[in-house]
Amino acid sequence: MIIEIGHYALVLALATALIASILPVIGARRGDTALMDLAPLATITLFCLVAFSFSVLTWAYAVSDFSLLNVWENSHSLMPMVYKITGVWGNHEGSMMLWLLTLTLFSALVAIFGRNLPDTLKANVLTVQAWITVAFLLFILFTSNPFMRLDPAPAEGQDLNPVLQDFGLAIHPPLLYLGYVGFSVCFSFAVAALIEGRIDAAWARWVRPWTLAAWTFLTAGIAMGSYWAYYELGWGGWWFWDPVENASFMPWLAGTALLHSALVMEKREALKIWTVLLAIMTFSLSLLGTFLVRSGVLTSVHAFATDPSRGIFILAILSFFIGGAFVLFAWRAPQLKSGGLFAPISREGALVLNNLILTVSTATVLTGTLYPLVLETLTGEKISVGAPFFNLSFGLLMIPLLLAVPFGPLLAWKRGDLLGALQRIYVVAGMALVAGFAFFYAQNGGPVLAALGLALGFYLIFGSLTDLWYRANFGKLAFKIAFARFKGLPRSAFGSALAHMGLGVTVLGIVAVTTFETEHVLEMKPGMRAEAGGYSLVFDGLREAIGPNFTEERGHFTVSRNGAVVADVWSSKRIYTARRMPTTEAGILTFGASQLYVSLGDPMTDGGIVVRIWWKPWILFIWGGAVVMMIGGFVSLSDRRLRVGAPSRRAKPVKLAMEPAE
Amino acid sequence: MTRKQKRLTVIAGGVGFILVAVLLVMFAFSQSIAYFYMPSDLAKTNVAPGTRIRLGGLVEAGSVVRGEGSTVSFKVTDGGGSVPVSYTGILPDLFREGQGVVTEGTFDTAHAFKADSVLAKHDENYMPREVADRLKEQGVWKDPKEATR
Repeated sequence: MIIEIGHYALVLALATALIASILPVIGARRGDTALMDLAPLATITLFCLVAFSFSVLTWAYAVSDFSLLNVWENSHSLMPMVYKITGVWGNHEGSMMLWLLTLTLFSALVAIFGRNLPDTLKANVLTVQAWITVAFLLFILFTSNPFMRLDPAPAEGQDLNPVLQDFGLAIHPPLLYLGYVGFSVCFSFAVAALIEGRIDAAWARWVRPWTLAAWTFLTAGIAMGSYWAYYELGWGGWWFWDPVENASFMPWLAGTALLHSALVMEKREALKIWTVLLAIMTFSLSLLGTFLVRSGVLTSVHAFATDPSRGIFILAILSFFIGGAFVLFAWRAPQLKSGGLFAPISREGALVLNNLILTVSTATVLTGTLYPLVLETLTGEKISVGAPFFNLSFGLLMIPLLLAVPFGPLLAWKRGDLLGALQRIYVVAGMALVAGFAFFYAQNGGPVLAALGLALGFYLIFGSLTDLWYRANFGKLAFKIAFARFKGLPRSAFGSALAHMGLGVTVLGIVAVTTFETEHVLEMKPGMRAEAGGYSLVFDGLREAIGPNFTEERGHFTVSRNGAVVADVWSSKRIYTARRMPTTEAGILTFGASQLYVSLGDPMTDGGIVVRIWWKPWILFIWGGAVVMMIGGFVSLSDRRLRVGAPSRRAKPVKLAMEPAE
Repeated sequence: MTRKQKRLTVIAGGVGFILVAVLLVMFAFSQSIAYFYMPSDLAKTNVAPGTRIRLGGLVEAGSVVRGEGSTVSFKVTDGGGSVPVSYTGILPDLFREGQGVVTEGTFDTAHAFKADSVLAKHDENYMPREVADRLKEQGVWKDPKEATR
């Protein structure tokens, strides 16, 4: 019974979404406040209905109600409770429900925190959100309904895909969706501005917190997904340039560009049209990602059971929103007044360079991802575009961007002093080179490029501190006064410094792992020894073990350094009973930021087993950097000036650095 | 600089950058695209040694031989031919005889295929899409999901 109520709530949600997508926009057109006021009310109701429906589905999973087709296909009564619950979004239907839940959550947040928005803008934004909601509700109800019943109900479920039976599933999809779907708010703001035909700096100030929040969550979601793939798949790789990874990476790149262009628009009223276009493109890429992942045109871990009608449906949604937005853009954009002139060498100029490189590299990733699909559709030829393509094209494009990052904040708005910035940077660059080569020698050599790569990472880290250093005026003022100024710097200054620093940390990790990683594949018998990264591993043998819904063969290794035992590690091959599906559980040991990664292969007839051992120096920096970026995002979000509801349309002169009372 | 000159500099810089990027993408494509072949294609066309390709099909039953250390050799077949493949490393969990597989690598001068990666994805019914499409065309294999529905 409760299931039917949950299903019904979803239908009611569709009705509510239809109301919210028609009446407020008419109200905004006619200046009818009563109709416009309907928008927040309907939006919050919508969220409550979807949240209720989602909880019903979760409940069905928690109690293992196998009379639901979706639960039967993806759950098992013996699974631990945490996987039963996370299993809700470990399949196509549930995953779309999570998408919808996140979308309505963001709409509701706009309704709640957007009290200070002008009435018409708020009504229009919520209307556009409601359009997207209608599309996805239709999609769920007609092609991916999780509330389908089975009669008679089977006694036992088919189990969740073992690869997904991991805590990563609890974190990765929700974070990723908070990012992905969060960009819908930017899209709605852009479309609303185009409908109104009016846009100003205040618009950018309203959009920026949403962009920042979505970007922060997306950063976390991608990093989490990467780490999950790294430890769960047992291949030791952290990024595969898999189309599905690219699908989440493209909105991130575009979102990063949007974050920076909205800054120019807010401060200088320039780049208006471009920012609107970028907001549309970012969410379009999110939609495209949803299409690539959900339609089954690609095979990957993320593509669950596929059904052609779904692909066509999502393609229709995709073309409607992207096409519609671009038509609206082409029609309305010429009416938007552009403003704010600036010299090529200026803060704005640097941010334009940032946008240029980020969008071009997004286009590169897009080309590499879609080219095989396009070619197959046109000529029937099947090709694959692999990591070498992306490493070469995307990698090279990123270098000028990374070099430019520390410059941007040092240049003044309108007209910057490149020479002055260079004078401030060269110390940093020198220190970075020294640090790079020092670590290079500590690692006993390698390609010289590695030293330069490490130096690039250090350069980004030191560079991010330089901006704070000069803003607080350390070195010129007495330390106490400078420190007081430092503490008084706006939070957003710390936020951007942290984000840039995180980028540097990630670069360090990537360079260290790609150049200093060692890999051994060897056949080991009990008692045999292998060396990796200065540690020596002794294989002690295999042992059988039984888990709640799997059996496993566990290999035990004793790890020692210079003759002293420092740790031991287990690595195992599991067979999940319900699906008869094997998985590899890698054994991972962490030493500082580096890791020893042991994964088991096939047993040999003579009692040995194939073992793969990696030494991954500084690998944790890759995700550590993302965590620092994320912290930067949250610090920036807590800035008073960015508080969502706070600013009013009349742009008040903003006090930049809050000087301490002296 | 006048306003016009400034604008021109910016536009020229942007266009130049995009041009460089396009050339880079084209160069990267020419370096790293791998075409997909099935054993029956290889019977008809000749692939030059050293050219990177993807080879897909079914792992021939009874063909898997584990050699020295971690080297494995097996045959990939699609009914229209069969190609011997050797691979050093750990095979994916779902690599089994009679199952679909996609390998990537090159032919050496003696026409032996050396794979440097073997792909298998995460579903017990999984059949690589390229392989599935072709096998369906040839009537060798049916999608178990379609068969049951």
